[in-house]
Amino acid sequence: MTFIAKPKLHHPKLPANKLGFTRRDYEGAISTLCAGCGHDSISAAIIQACFELDLPPHRIAKLSGIGCSSKTPTYFLSSSHGFNSVHGRMPSVLTGANLANRDLIYLGVSGDGDSASIGLGQFAHSVRRGVNMVYIVENNGVYGLTKGQFSATSDRGSKSKKGAINTDTAIDMVMLAMELGATYVARGFSGDKAQLVPLIKGAILHKGAAFIDCISPCVAFNNHPGSTKSFDYVREHNEAVNQLDVMLPRETITADYAPGEVEEVTQHDGSVLKLRKLAAEYDIHDRIAAMNFLQQHKAAGEIVTGVLHLDPEPEDLHAHLGTVETPFNRLAEKELCPGTTALEQFNAAHR
Amino acid sequence: MSQHKINDFVVKFANVNGSGSASANQLFAKAILRMGVPVSPRNIFPSNIQGLPTWYEVRISEAGYLGARGGVDLMVAMNPQTWDKDVLGIDPGGYLFYDSTKPLPKSKFREDVHVIGMPLTEICNREYSDPRQRQLFKNIIYVGALAALLDMDIAEIEKLIGEQFKGKDKLIAPNIHALHLGRDFAKANFSCPIGLRVRRAQAVGDRIFIDGNSAAALGCVYAGATVAAWYPITPSSSLAEAFARQCRTLRRDADGNSRYAVIQAEDELASIGMVIGASWNGARAFTCTSGPGISLMQEFIGLAYFAEIPAVIFDVQRGGPSTGMPTRTQQADVLACAYASHGDTKHVLLLPEDPTESFELAADAFDVAERLQTPVFVLLDLDIGMNDRLSRPLAWDDSRAYDRGKVATFDELDAGKEFGRYLDVDGDGITYRTYPGTHPSRGAFFTRGTTKDRYARYSEAGPDYIDNMQRLLRKFETAKDLLPKPVLRPALQPTRLGVIYYGSTSPAMQEALDILEQQGLHLDALRVRAFPFHEQVPDFIAEHDHVFVVEQNRDAQLRMLLVNECGIDPARLTAVLHYDGTPITARFIIREISEDAAALKATPMRKVAP
Repeated sequence: MTFIAKPKLHHPKLPANKLGFTRRDYEGAISTLCAGCGHDSISAAIIQACFELDLPPHRIAKLSGIGCSSKTPTYFLSSSHGFNSVHGRMPSVLTGANLANRDLIYLGVSGDGDSASIGLGQFAHSVRRGVNMVYIVENNGVYGLTKGQFSATSDRGSKSKKGAINTDTAIDMVMLAMELGATYVARGFSGDKAQLVPLIKGAILHKGAAFIDCISPCVAFNNHPGSTKSFDYVREHNEAVNQLDVMLPRETITADYAPGEVEEVTQHDGSVLKLRKLAAEYDIHDRIAAMNFLQQHKAAGEIVTGVLHLDPEPEDLHAHLGTVETPFNRLAEKELCPGTTALEQFNAAHR
Repeated sequence: MSQHKINDFVVKFANVNGSGSASANQLFAKAILRMGVPVSPRNIFPSNIQGLPTWYEVRISEAGYLGARGGVDLMVAMNPQTWDKDVLGIDPGGYLFYDSTKPLPKSKFREDVHVIGMPLTEICNREYSDPRQRQLFKNIIYVGALAALLDMDIAEIEKLIGEQFKGKDKLIAPNIHALHLGRDFAKANFSCPIGLRVRRAQAVGDRIFIDGNSAAALGCVYAGATVAAWYPITPSSSLAEAFARQCRTLRRDADGNSRYAVIQAEDELASIGMVIGASWNGARAFTCTSGPGISLMQEFIGLAYFAEIPAVIFDVQRGGPSTGMPTRTQQADVLACAYASHGDTKHVLLLPEDPTESFELAADAFDVAERLQTPVFVLLDLDIGMNDRLSRPLAWDDSRAYDRGKVATFDELDAGKEFGRYLDVDGDGITYRTYPGTHPSRGAFFTRGTTKDRYARYSEAGPDYIDNMQRLLRKFETAKDLLPKPVLRPALQPTRLGVIYYGSTSPAMQEALDILEQQGLHLDALRVRAFPFHEQVPDFIAEHDHVFVVEQNRDAQLRMLLVNECGIDPARLTAVLHYDGTPITARFIIREISEDAAALKATPMRKVAP
């Protein structure tokens, strides 16, 4: 594999956002993943979401672990710093980065092998600490880069490409995230960009631990009959509980909704999440009821998607620690070093 | 069998863990310090919170020898469980102080030691009704008795009690009462003082009494560390806890907001991951751990080395391998740190000798890590980390600026300065980095552990890989002159013998060198303070026919590193190894070196020299 530069030329009438950037300014290198890979659709959705939110690309840091999904940050946001860390350990690197500079947007990209197996612990602890981040698991139920082994999110009874039946219970990342206190939890499908882009936008605007489980079929190793993560299977079993529209504070709300169908959730920064309810009984604020709903529908073989849980007033790790507003990486000697007077006092107290 | 020892003896307290003895014993040690006489106490404790035996060994040495001495002159035997062993450990002619409330058969004592029995439990039971008070005041009562027996100045102890309970003033009077109870009983019932005496001296000076972990933590505060990520492990936990405590008073702004973050991580992997993430993003960050944690961090350490991200790692060493001896001291992680991780890796090590140097090298470690953009290990051990040690006062230069290393700024990028993350512009192997978010269109790069070219672009090409690995070697060469230089202690007369040592071996070595000198064995001594080794280290070896390498591990790890990295003929380096988990003593070093030197004399020394 080599680094392939994309041509800089683009159509002169390509629309620009408030910052004057076109969608192309949010792109990265040409993907080296398999043609048709679900992950590339997620990269495209991230590009679209950042473009639509008018984000300066260099104020985003993209971090990943190891695996197909973790390669994708090269394929979007080339003006952002990226960090391809070690397998399963993206959450700790992201947590450290977030502590050093609370002003950037942290995008953690991981896969089901990276986050549900080797990195399950780090996933869990970053969520329970409330790190302000967007944590996307590109979930294909299989190890792609090592050619087709089952992952921990692979459903019991699911069949591998070579015909083996998975006998282990699947780990449901959404259930875990909800249990561990993530304040924004969603599930999307790489085959439904219209649903996914707003889910990512909502997660970016959320000032707490936002988790998105994105089912993303592996065209090479997990897209056959008998797989529960194939395009066909997911399309057949996808049960969206709502459709999200994200409104920035400055935007006037123009979309028309029939009364009673739409719930508006105003976030701390003034942005409004408009949720068109598709499942009448689903309440995203009632975490326990939502978890019950998810379990019941899972038992019925359905894949529930949409915004699954939301706390509009989240508290993040910096709030827990009571840190200063100024990013740590901008503090200098005068703010950090107590100086000789304090040291003399320290010496005196130790004699 | 009577002896008179003034300001030069060892008192050992045998206690039960969790009985509240630690603070009373510390009071005893500190009172002697206040009399101007140097002491060096050592906690010898089990991996347990309550119930198991624990010892506190106080060496009193007006000459200022702070290493463990070995042997006991006065045993304060408060633990029936270890009685036999404790009694056996007393030097002939020494003293045994014990609780005589319950009579013991004659067979439990030795003929060649003085026995001082005091009915401590009986006194406490008469004086106090609360069981907890009986236990706690028993400790203070024996301190009072010892004050009389050793001719200590009781006013110094009273003063210390006053300082200790400042703010909880109602505790002062009962403690002083207990102290007097012990003293008065001793005066009335024993012939005071005994043959061991503390006499006021002027040998302490302005030195401070502090443990290495607290001092290293304060070094981190002064160096501007803002992120500490750690996982509890003996003997390093108190470093992180000290950092948090110190930051609470030294690192809050006027509104009470914190200019620091301490994260107790889920494990050591997450700890080092957070340090790497924070350092990548331009904050100064550290973790502290012990050997098992270093093992767990291996993959990340390799990433930081190869991706060139600063990281400061304190390893407060304990006995290994595996869980080993968690509460015992060793210098057994030298190789594990120097060559940590898979692939071709080498790392910077800093080797402080005492708490003050722990403070200094902790602060330096951040400058070195950011200058070299690489992990830096500060190797303490349990002996310096967890024991109070008399050390030079801590000093700081207010004009000192942090060396943040080569970081391309917004202005430089904006002015069109060429940026390649792994481009060796200055020829020293160190390249420029940028912090994320610096410039809208320039200076962004992708950090990876896999191979990349000079512009941080993904590459699997062999020449790119070699180019990068060779540059990392150049950087390691650059490191040699950046690091603290070794410290030479020349012998009083010219000699062909040398000795190399490092870290907590230092005080025992000073004492051994003095005594060997008196015995006519002269050695030039070099204390190594960093790896990669400065030029002076191989030069020192070349200048001597034979060099002893004294260390506290089984495999002569520093010697191995010397042979490996400096191309030294192993025959010229004799290993002197102490690794039973107790701190090395001058007695041990003297015995080993004397025997080896005698053997060397028997064969012509120049034979192996070039």
